[in-house]
Amino acid sequence: MAQQPAARQLIVIAREGRRTLNIATRDQRELLYLDELAEAFQLAVREDTLARGLTVTYKNRTIILTPDQALASVSGRLVSLSGAPIRDGRRWLMPFDFVSRALSLIYDIKLDLRPASRLIVVGDLRVPAIGIRGEQAGPMARVSLEISPRVSQSITQVPGQILVHFEADLLDVATPTFVVPGLVTGIRTTDQTTLAIDLGPRFRQYRTSMGGDAATLKTTIEILSDETTEPAGPATPAPEAAPEPLATPSTALRTVVIDPGHGGSEDGARGQAGSLEKEITLNVARRLKAALESQLGVRVLLTRDADQMMPLDQRAAIANNNKADVFISLHANSSQQRSVRGAEVFYLSVEGYGDEARRTAESAGHVLPTFGGGTRDIQVILWEMAQSRYIEESAALATMIEEELRTRVDVSQRPVQQAPFRVLVGANMPAVLVEMGFVSNPDEEQRLTSAAHQNLIVQALVNGIVRFRTYLEARRASTAGSAGPPRTPTGAPRP
Amino acid sequence: MNRRSAVLTMLVIGAAFVVSWVLFVAVPRWYSARQQTSALVPGTTSAAGPRRTIKATLFYATADSQHLAGIARDVELADTPLEQAQRILDAQLRDPAPKDLVSTIPSRTSLRSVYVTERGEAYVDLSPEVSAAHPGGSLNEILTVYTIVHALTANLPAIKAVQILVDGREVDTLAGHVDLRRPLLPLRELMEKDES
Repeated sequence: MAQQPAARQLIVIAREGRRTLNIATRDQRELLYLDELAEAFQLAVREDTLARGLTVTYKNRTIILTPDQALASVSGRLVSLSGAPIRDGRRWLMPFDFVSRALSLIYDIKLDLRPASRLIVVGDLRVPAIGIRGEQAGPMARVSLEISPRVSQSITQVPGQILVHFEADLLDVATPTFVVPGLVTGIRTTDQTTLAIDLGPRFRQYRTSMGGDAATLKTTIEILSDETTEPAGPATPAPEAAPEPLATPSTALRTVVIDPGHGGSEDGARGQAGSLEKEITLNVARRLKAALESQLGVRVLLTRDADQMMPLDQRAAIANNNKADVFISLHANSSQQRSVRGAEVFYLSVEGYGDEARRTAESAGHVLPTFGGGTRDIQVILWEMAQSRYIEESAALATMIEEELRTRVDVSQRPVQQAPFRVLVGANMPAVLVEMGFVSNPDEEQRLTSAAHQNLIVQALVNGIVRFRTYLEARRASTAGSAGPPRTPTGAPRP
Repeated sequence: MNRRSAVLTMLVIGAAFVVSWVLFVAVPRWYSARQQTSALVPGTTSAAGPRRTIKATLFYATADSQHLAGIARDVELADTPLEQAQRILDAQLRDPAPKDLVSTIPSRTSLRSVYVTERGEAYVDLSPEVSAAHPGGSLNEILTVYTIVHALTANLPAIKAVQILVDGREVDTLAGHVDLRRPLLPLRELMEKDES
């Protein structure tokens, strides 16, 4: 269990297993030994006594450190650290954030440093942090759990215990001492992914409720004794994190258009095992449509719902003509290098286009003479570059989706990017293109075709969209009086 | 009196004729002749003497296929920037990738022609293989497109943006992602940052 690491040790958890790193303290700061880090992460460390520098190398990528400087040059890029490397006899001590700010940038696999828990999670392990609070409320005990990032859980009762099992690889949890005489005798972990509330003889029944947001799941377990006077509802078996109650219809997000990439004669990328991008995108699009409709109650349209060719222009036009509030194009990536893997989210780069196109797109409006004298200011949009008005919102959407993907599936080294993508440029609403993974990577190809993995992606997209809806509502509310991006610009020709 | 004014009128008309001929016929003819000499005829080499070269930067995908790396190569020196553009692109399409790097352009892709406008926009016309033999995937496609864009903009300061044509025609994309309907500027984020 990752809980309560023995004092002065940090635990590194990877799929292959775990190891510990010793923690040294200097001037009340906690530091890690560079040689131990090097051994744990296969780093080569070279000390240049002449230049008084330290070079840390991992697969041709280097970090250069200078004693006395709280800076590191990571692959040529300067990043700041919370402190400088400190010499300790023949060893070197590094601040914790050397891992998150420097090492993670050159490392192949995602490194998630959790200083408070003294934990480094390597790779795509699901290690939710779980906060536990216990309180006594009259004759009843209440245990509140905060699970972040949220994972599915199941709550069951066995004799003498209530068990909370999490869909995770490991729990990042510190169990508090919580005793309510006769009712709760303690809270502990029974295995790597299960939490147990030990019950006393006064226990009669329990009930649960769930809430939270896209990032955090909040579960409250109320443990009732035989003295509980209030009429207790039926004990809720609470099978699985029940879907959130349908939110009140949002005015900011009513229609979502999903674009399954490629189709028909355009196969898109092809994996070694023969999986086709066009099939993966359509499968995920159908799942996503079902999930969005049932969980958010929004209208969802697909740009194609069959294996058919669909011109890129028409895909954005479907979104425009249906006044979609969000446009999501789904793709699977390919690289000549089989090892390349991970999901990426793109939004449009207007900067990528030459000067003329950009100027036209950015020209704000035109003042036209009207009949009977006077002038009228109208918005003329180059429809072909409609997306240029939504870059900021699209960037927010891309970031939110990436953050949700990151907790569920591998993401690439550059998970959020901008590019002048043809399918996005004409979309007159926030729009992103999601590369769900690399079919050129045999491992990822296999996952991308599995229902379980597709569902993980779908849930990440749903949560990303939920967060974006909140963002959009706040944004539209704050710009209500001022001129936000117009939804249906006057004078815009239909494509 | 009458005779004198008639002669004067004739002279004026004559002078006007000469001036307008120079203005509207001779100058445009001379100008367009100059223009034509700078238009590109692929494959011609005017330098007959000893082969002189310049150092040009060609682009290949890094081993992890995430970035483009610039590699200095000797490319034959040309008389005009336009011919130079052609030589650089020929080298980019023809030369195999150095060790540890990967070529981003489908093999057998050839250069049909190059044009450069006064605004510094280059039009690079490639043979159909660049699209037909493309392996697909947005990462591959981004690397292919920006190899061409960077090969010109990094070596020829006069060229600011590049549009790729396929088989003489404007195209939407090579493989369904990157918008090729307009000239594209170089994408700096794509360049490998590690200089070591």
